[in-house]
Amino acid sequence: MTALDPLRLTARVAKRLLVDGEISSAELAKVYLDQIAAVEPRVRAYIRVTHDNAAKYSTKVDREMQALRGPLAGLPIAIKDNMVTEGVTTTCASRILRDYMPVYTATAVRQVWDDHVVMLGKTNLDEFAMGSSTENSAFQTTRNPWDLATVPGGSSGGSAAAVAAGEALWALGSDTGGSIRQPAALCGVVGMKPTYGAVSRYGLIAFASSLDQIGPLTRSVYDCALLLQHIVGHDPNDATSVALPEPIALPDAQRLDGLNVGIPVEYLAAGIEPGVRARFDETVSRLEELGGTCVEISLPHTEYALPAYYIIAPAEASANLARFDGVRYGHRCADPVDLLDMYERTRAEGFGPEVKRRIMIGAYALSAGYYDAYYGRAQRVRTLVRRDFARAFADVDLIASPTTPTVAFEAGSRTADPLSMYMCDICTIPVNLAGLPAISIPCGLSDGLPVGFQLIGPAFSENRILQAAHALEGAIGFAPAPTFQDSGAAAPAGARTEAPA
Amino acid sequence: MIGEDDVRHVAKLARLRLEQDEVARMTGELARILAHIDKMSELDIADVPPTAHVLDVVNVTRPDKPGTSLSRADALRNAPAVTDDCFRVPRMS
Amino acid sequence: MTAWEPVIGLEMHVELDTRTKMFCACAVTRGDAPNTHTCPRCLAHPGALPVVNQRAVEYAARIALALNCTVRPRNIFHRKNYFYPDLPKAYQISQYDEPLAVEGWFEYWVGDEKLRCRINRVHMEEDAAKLIHAGGDAGRIAGSDYSMVDFNRGGTPLIEIVTEPDIPSPEAAREFLQQLRSLVIELGVSACNMEEGQVRWDANLSVRPQGSSELGTRTELKNMNSFRYLQQALDAEIPRQVEIIEAGGRIDLETLHFDPDTGTTTPLRSKEEAHDYRYFPEPDLVPLVIDPAWVQELRRAQPELPAARVERFASQYGLSRADALVLGSSHALAAFYEEVVAQGAGAKPAANWTMGEYLAHLNAAGLEAGRGHVTAERLAKLVKLVEDGTVSTSAGKDVFARMIAGRAEPEAIVEKHGLGQISDTAELAAIVAEVVAGNHAQVEQYRAGKQQVIGFFVGQVMKASGGRANPKLVNELLRKALGG
Repeated sequence: MTALDPLRLTARVAKRLLVDGEISSAELAKVYLDQIAAVEPRVRAYIRVTHDNAAKYSTKVDREMQALRGPLAGLPIAIKDNMVTEGVTTTCASRILRDYMPVYTATAVRQVWDDHVVMLGKTNLDEFAMGSSTENSAFQTTRNPWDLATVPGGSSGGSAAAVAAGEALWALGSDTGGSIRQPAALCGVVGMKPTYGAVSRYGLIAFASSLDQIGPLTRSVYDCALLLQHIVGHDPNDATSVALPEPIALPDAQRLDGLNVGIPVEYLAAGIEPGVRARFDETVSRLEELGGTCVEISLPHTEYALPAYYIIAPAEASANLARFDGVRYGHRCADPVDLLDMYERTRAEGFGPEVKRRIMIGAYALSAGYYDAYYGRAQRVRTLVRRDFARAFADVDLIASPTTPTVAFEAGSRTADPLSMYMCDICTIPVNLAGLPAISIPCGLSDGLPVGFQLIGPAFSENRILQAAHALEGAIGFAPAPTFQDSGAAAPAGARTEAPA
Repeated sequence: MIGEDDVRHVAKLARLRLEQDEVARMTGELARILAHIDKMSELDIADVPPTAHVLDVVNVTRPDKPGTSLSRADALRNAPAVTDDCFRVPRMS
Repeated sequence: MTAWEPVIGLEMHVELDTRTKMFCACAVTRGDAPNTHTCPRCLAHPGALPVVNQRAVEYAARIALALNCTVRPRNIFHRKNYFYPDLPKAYQISQYDEPLAVEGWFEYWVGDEKLRCRINRVHMEEDAAKLIHAGGDAGRIAGSDYSMVDFNRGGTPLIEIVTEPDIPSPEAAREFLQQLRSLVIELGVSACNMEEGQVRWDANLSVRPQGSSELGTRTELKNMNSFRYLQQALDAEIPRQVEIIEAGGRIDLETLHFDPDTGTTTPLRSKEEAHDYRYFPEPDLVPLVIDPAWVQELRRAQPELPAARVERFASQYGLSRADALVLGSSHALAAFYEEVVAQGAGAKPAANWTMGEYLAHLNAAGLEAGRGHVTAERLAKLVKLVEDGTVSTSAGKDVFARMIAGRAEPEAIVEKHGLGQISDTAELAAIVAEVVAGNHAQVEQYRAGKQQVIGFFVGQVMKASGGRANPKLVNELLRKALGG
């Protein structure tokens, strides 16, 4: 058996090796478990590695090859720790759920479990998916395998880092304001947020109910489509889930003739740093070389999307997180004097500062006298953002933008100013407000760190996006792998320590 | 402009115990965030309908058919305190 | 001195008799062991999501239509946010400014007077879990050491019916609720069992000078499930408010506690600030768009409602309004009465027997109408036996008592116990003659003009005949025999 490089292996290739008998599922799992052992002390992508499960289940897949077949069987996967997994503690990277043992499994996870994936473990995230760097995790900070002094992005930083670091073949994450796409961009992997409703949210620990979606983080666009195929579908357990009008197809496009792509001027004005802009422009050229046409478009209400998001998401979150009250599960403070004391101290002890901030903003925005000015207004801005996209898609097939304004930033460089952290998501948030699908693919390096290229489509245009991304991916030919270097505490010249103005 | 009294009031609504220094810090942070959010007030949007749901889906219901409930053991599995097969909570004051 | 009048508004909460809960598929049960009917949803585990129970929507619509409401073309759910151990999500999924139905009315009787109360809204929500307070004083909150939560009830579909403040008196409030409860039971959507708390109500009351049309500040009584206590509480609250106002004070919007032992209402020490529920549309549920054809179908399928049935009884059976109310208000008794008449008993005698002996029997035995050994067929037979003179009324009551105990038919009981009325003229005449012959003094008194002495003779004839003589005939024969 040839030595497999976990940093480069794709599900497509791994599946072929399994089917051809060149590797067993147990051996494949071991490749990843070995890589985890090697790099995890530095990357810290996992909250919990389920060694035993991975070893046992992969062996079982080998043994029962006839029964346990299918496109995903035997392929090792990491799951973001905000999806409940029966029998495996699920923490949401929060002290308040540190020992929570779910009594059911999220539908999307159930679907891939039923397809006989081998789960490697639960990955780190910003607490309750609130953040853009994974620094808000209560347990550990995940590091970007491209430069261990930097962040992997967030909130699905653990999943992105795990895939980038070869600690998983692929992973599931969740995206509320960019939490799959932004870390995918910073970690040089593919990440996709499906159309709102395409994947069941049942079992996804809710952050913002009208914005959350589960999606894949993978090493290739093909892998992304393959995993997406297996997590979509109407779920009777989720009243907001819908069946896709057409099934997800595995992409094979190599050209983009006839494809009209719009580039929103507002996104390019959003403080994109020069290296990111350069890679973006190069990718746009490639797009045109493949036969696509790129035009400038306008999404005039873009600048209002972030403020609207930072009302809607915290408002919904303030209600979604109210159930963490120490009554039925999770942390309860010691020796409560009375009920009120139990509530207040449990939640004060259990939640981190960013979570508290968002709960406070959310409760404030909904409170008596403020609803119309904040939540009511934000919901109207949301309509304007949706209309912007609808008008644009009357003229173009897809919209392209840099995924994030900067590459991975130094850990600790934005934690003092929440607003600077929020700015990471300026190109991703509007997509969630509109409920649209979008993908981020690596398009090059800047200062040695990956740059992401985002494609956005109309609702349920996943196949169109995947085809375009696949063709572009082929043309880009992103080759590098993370080096696990560490630029260290000393800020190198030109370090990105401040958010763009 | 949000002040410390507002913050204390909202903390009570949200059942979050904040120490005085936290109240002070939170007030500053929230004020800065809300100032940014106030950008929205530039817009004249009185006649724009709000979006409560991005999906154009209606009437999702389920038939009135019993499903499987949790065993009591599973229901109580994560309970911080149990008495007589019930979840125990401290007294209200 | 000002004359004051009370202004009362009511909210009734009804737990529906669906098979499953409002937003999850756990069974709706009563009395089962704690926490045996729960799931990740009604325990509010992380990641759980609600899905609407279709039948609950239908039942809610039925209630709304019976209350003459407009079922709105589109309705949505809202989150009502507050913290309490019996509320696992720390929000209740309810309805706010886009409810299922609005603007209806309900007619009800207080004595002979028909009143109309406007219905503000009918909406759907979920019930809280059961909270049991331990330690402390007999299950009350104050002074208890800890509380226990049983989530079996949590999530049961709950319908809220809110009236306008159209109720003019505590008595009217009681009648309104009793008759509204009968209506809901009639619809078959809830048994409205009071002991189990399937139906609860809140009342709010303010006072104003008689004839004024302004509304004063109201106080609220919450979560009652006794008609009697409600009326008592409102009766106590009116003078309390009047006294405060006349002394120059002001009524505060407060929740009251009613103490049935002392019969007084006192404002609850406010535990905390008034709730700020921070309502916002429920993002986990999509809107319900109501099909007018479906509403038409529900209207068509609506059973005869108590109000219509009472009217019909009055006209069809020639009953007084009061009697029609007693017999027609509740489905079971009405059905029973109609069956008795259908079996051939006269409408008026059937009414008397049903409202009299039969109803007394039901109350004593704790039975629902139609249950037990006294079937409609049997009662009809008894009524006919009395009507046609086979048994006297008093013997009939004896027969009835025996009917309760066993399965025998009335005729058989009459025969077995010799309860048949003696109506044979010859036989009676013989007894009359004997009695007259044996009581000269009384005969003289009667002939002297003391007409009421005839009662003595009737009694004697009854005694001699073992109580079985036909009283009407006895009277006739006695008068003939005594002459004059």
